[in-house]
Amino acid sequence: MDNHNSEHAELSEHDDGQIAEAHHPSYGVNVLVWIGLIALTSITVSISGINLGSLALTVALIIATVKTMFVINFFMHLKFDNKVFKIFVGVCMLIFIVVLVLTFFDLTFRYE
Amino acid sequence: MSQNIDTTQQEIHEIHIHRDDFGSKMGMWLFLFTEVLLFGGLFILYASYRFIYPNEFALAASELDMLMGAINTVILLTSSLTVVLGIVALQKNNKKLCLFFMWVTVVCGILFLVNKYFEWGAKFHHGIYPKGPALQDMSEGEVMYFGLYYVMTGLHGLHIVVGLAFIGFVMWQIKKDVLTSTNFQKLENAGLYWHLVDIIWIFLFPLFYLIH
Repeated sequence: MDNHNSEHAELSEHDDGQIAEAHHPSYGVNVLVWIGLIALTSITVSISGINLGSLALTVALIIATVKTMFVINFFMHLKFDNKVFKIFVGVCMLIFIVVLVLTFFDLTFRYE
Repeated sequence: MSQNIDTTQQEIHEIHIHRDDFGSKMGMWLFLFTEVLLFGGLFILYASYRFIYPNEFALAASELDMLMGAINTVILLTSSLTVVLGIVALQKNNKKLCLFFMWVTVVCGILFLVNKYFEWGAKFHHGIYPKGPALQDMSEGEVMYFGLYYVMTGLHGLHIVVGLAFIGFVMWQIKKDVLTSTNFQKLENAGLYWHLVDIIWIFLFPLFYLIH
């Protein structure tokens, strides 16, 4: 167990489609990300106690999005992954946002 | 003769090592996008009704226990961490530590479900369930809120159960040395699924528990 060898940069990479994580993060990085996620959770809970009015939802969603970015990039390894997965996730998010915005075009004009 | 045996063994070896980890990972991500489609539709539905009934949603949300929601958030975030640590442990060829982290994940998942059970139980006790007495006196917006609450947290809870089964299966394969430090894609896929379930909760929590 080479716990000190934090980066397995030289893990086997076979030519038949097998991939092993290159530049894989160690335990420490993930624990730091977790601390960040817990901190963001306490921030979002404490902020909800303050009356921010219409801003409250925006702030809550921004914090949730930042947390999601942490989870996707570090826990799901997207940051270290093949470019194609990054494009996939980007397109997926874009489609979701487009559909959401289009729905609200309808809603805002319907309930003026 | 001995050459024949050698070639056969080589063939067996080649069959044995033929794996497509990249394809496996891609398949998992594509599946996760269908999950985003499923929950995304519900989130858009939620957004629409919250837009129409902002005050009713805030009123109904006051019924929810914010502390319970926050505890469950911490539990899920921790379980996501332990999955990643389990993957790192397996990659470092530390099978025992990997299984330990995966057990912590399973315990966290079960704790989450136990909390959900008490949460839903408290709602049922207050008459908040389909056709329940409390719901009859509520406005349309509040009924919509609780409808979405039950469907979305219920579907999410179902995903926790499926995720636990997936993790349990992967743990069994790790125990049997089917998955090892050089063959861990299935564990990573289980992790990807678990993290998606975590992300969905990251949005469910502020949207249902933190409205004022």
